[in-house]
Amino acid sequence: MSENSVGGSRSDGTDPSEGTETTGRLSRRLAVERLSSYWLGGAGYFAIGLFVFIVAVLTYQSIPILAAYPLSELLLSSNWDPAANEFGFLPAIVGTLYVAALSMAMGAPIAVLVAVYVAEYATGRTKTLVSTFIDVLAAIPSVIFGLVALVVVVPFVGNHLAPAVGADTTGLGILTVSLVMAIVVTPFMISLSVESLEAIPDELRESSLGVGATRWETVRSVLLRAAGPGIFSAVLLGFGRVFGATIVPAMLIGGQTQLPDSVFSTGQTLPTLIVNDFGELMSLPLTQSALIFVGLLLVVVVWLFNFGAALVRRRLQRRWQY
Amino acid sequence: MDRYAKQRAVGLAVRAATALVLAVMAVVIGVTLARGGRVLLADPAIAITPPGSRYMLEANGGFLHAMLGTAFIVGPATVVSMALAVSTAAYLQSDYSSERFSDAVNTFLNVLWGTPPIVYGVFVLTVVIAVGARTSLFFGIVAIAVFQYPIMTRYTDEALRSAPDTVREATYGLGATRFESAVVTARAALPGIVAGLIMGFARGVGDAATVLFTAGRSTRMPRGLFEPATTLPVLIFDQATSFNAEVRSHAYAASFVLIVIVLGLILASKLLAGRYARFAPGGRNS
Repeated sequence: MSENSVGGSRSDGTDPSEGTETTGRLSRRLAVERLSSYWLGGAGYFAIGLFVFIVAVLTYQSIPILAAYPLSELLLSSNWDPAANEFGFLPAIVGTLYVAALSMAMGAPIAVLVAVYVAEYATGRTKTLVSTFIDVLAAIPSVIFGLVALVVVVPFVGNHLAPAVGADTTGLGILTVSLVMAIVVTPFMISLSVESLEAIPDELRESSLGVGATRWETVRSVLLRAAGPGIFSAVLLGFGRVFGATIVPAMLIGGQTQLPDSVFSTGQTLPTLIVNDFGELMSLPLTQSALIFVGLLLVVVVWLFNFGAALVRRRLQRRWQY
Repeated sequence: MDRYAKQRAVGLAVRAATALVLAVMAVVIGVTLARGGRVLLADPAIAITPPGSRYMLEANGGFLHAMLGTAFIVGPATVVSMALAVSTAAYLQSDYSSERFSDAVNTFLNVLWGTPPIVYGVFVLTVVIAVGARTSLFFGIVAIAVFQYPIMTRYTDEALRSAPDTVREATYGLGATRFESAVVTARAALPGIVAGLIMGFARGVGDAATVLFTAGRSTRMPRGLFEPATTLPVLIFDQATSFNAEVRSHAYAASFVLIVIVLGLILASKLLAGRYARFAPGGRNS
């Protein structure tokens, strides 16, 4: 699309531009300079243009569903039956929030501990090795996590964990998804937190240790405070990532559109709604519009999380100054 | 508990948490390699055999179609989005843009970076429906390219930022234009850019949600640019929910291939980055 139009302007770069009287190499260099600045400027606008285009397309396509039903009914009704023209997103929204909150509760503390280890405790070879392994964990495709969870986590939850607390489940459900999503998103939060811990100037560590604080006291009252905004925004970004996760929930959540009544019950998240009803997407225009609206909802929520993370970081940075 | 005991306890806790995360990684990789390896060793040919006509039901043939589909979709997508990503990052880092504008672009890039892949899938599918086409290899390429673009831009931007300022100052001092200076800076940042290219490629290879709706989820060999295709992650996703145990076992074989590709790419990016660093101006050992 817009790449092509910008690409056209670059291919002109080989023609010496007319009008410059300067002779020889300088004029050629200046022509290259001018044309490259068009190309690079276009690439800069491309980032903004892409986002605006995505939001515009999704908004335009969700107008039919928004015109047919009031927003409050879409978000607060728990009846989801596209065949009968019932579009209530509440079960999926509750399911998504459930999964996101649970996996953050499990993943965030671990992520902070590991980040402290990598940034403050590990040294030399060990540090390189551990951070490489965390990069590896972050790069493993989520479909593989789903597949491994099917043989490891699902039987564990279904045969051991659920009977132990007296629940009855096949193993597919909210808790399983949260457990796996915590694993998926932890390395991502670790590397962001390590980044903000390592950005702290060494004088802070030195002066805290110098006045007699132990290492833990330094971490708790100096480092975690100074890196607090960064860690907090890492957790918010992780939250946003779980919110939009698709493949793992689709494989493990059981895919029943109902309001979840316990952590073991099956459910639906917003992205799995899109995956599961894909078949009908082409045929019914209103369903198509409803599912595109789910996409728009995801963009808006993630946008809010990103924006919130940036805002919190700026706010807390002013409060926790060092 | 006195403060020194507390310090020891915390030291233990952070080590335990790290051990837990590394153990989880070992389990994930181990289970994939062991299970997939068993299936692949029993019948190595399934990775290079085209699928039979009822492959998803009876597991006749192999999954060559997904291997080829992955190569044909992610390869071109990486080239396209790398070209765009390098340009955008160069624009942000060099003296082409005002600080305010590059801040704004960065904000949008961050939002794009955090956008769930499924949204890109829905977006491209919406475009497909709007132009009246059908899902095909081509739209798979578009979706993956859009998905990779913010990731690669972020890596490239970081790499360019880490290039020493002296490189740029020296080029300007010699009378270079902005473009020539940007080229030299890019050369100084080459290790990071190459690592970013490989990581972007790895993310593209592993992502299922973007191509799920856009490439057509085909179970036949890809036959053309505007014909349906599939990739390994989508295939694994489909196989994992099959009722046929043999099809499910093929999912492990496919994920063996996928994880070997991804781990190989990470290794390659680490090695290449170290090797290039020696030759780049301002690099580690120059």
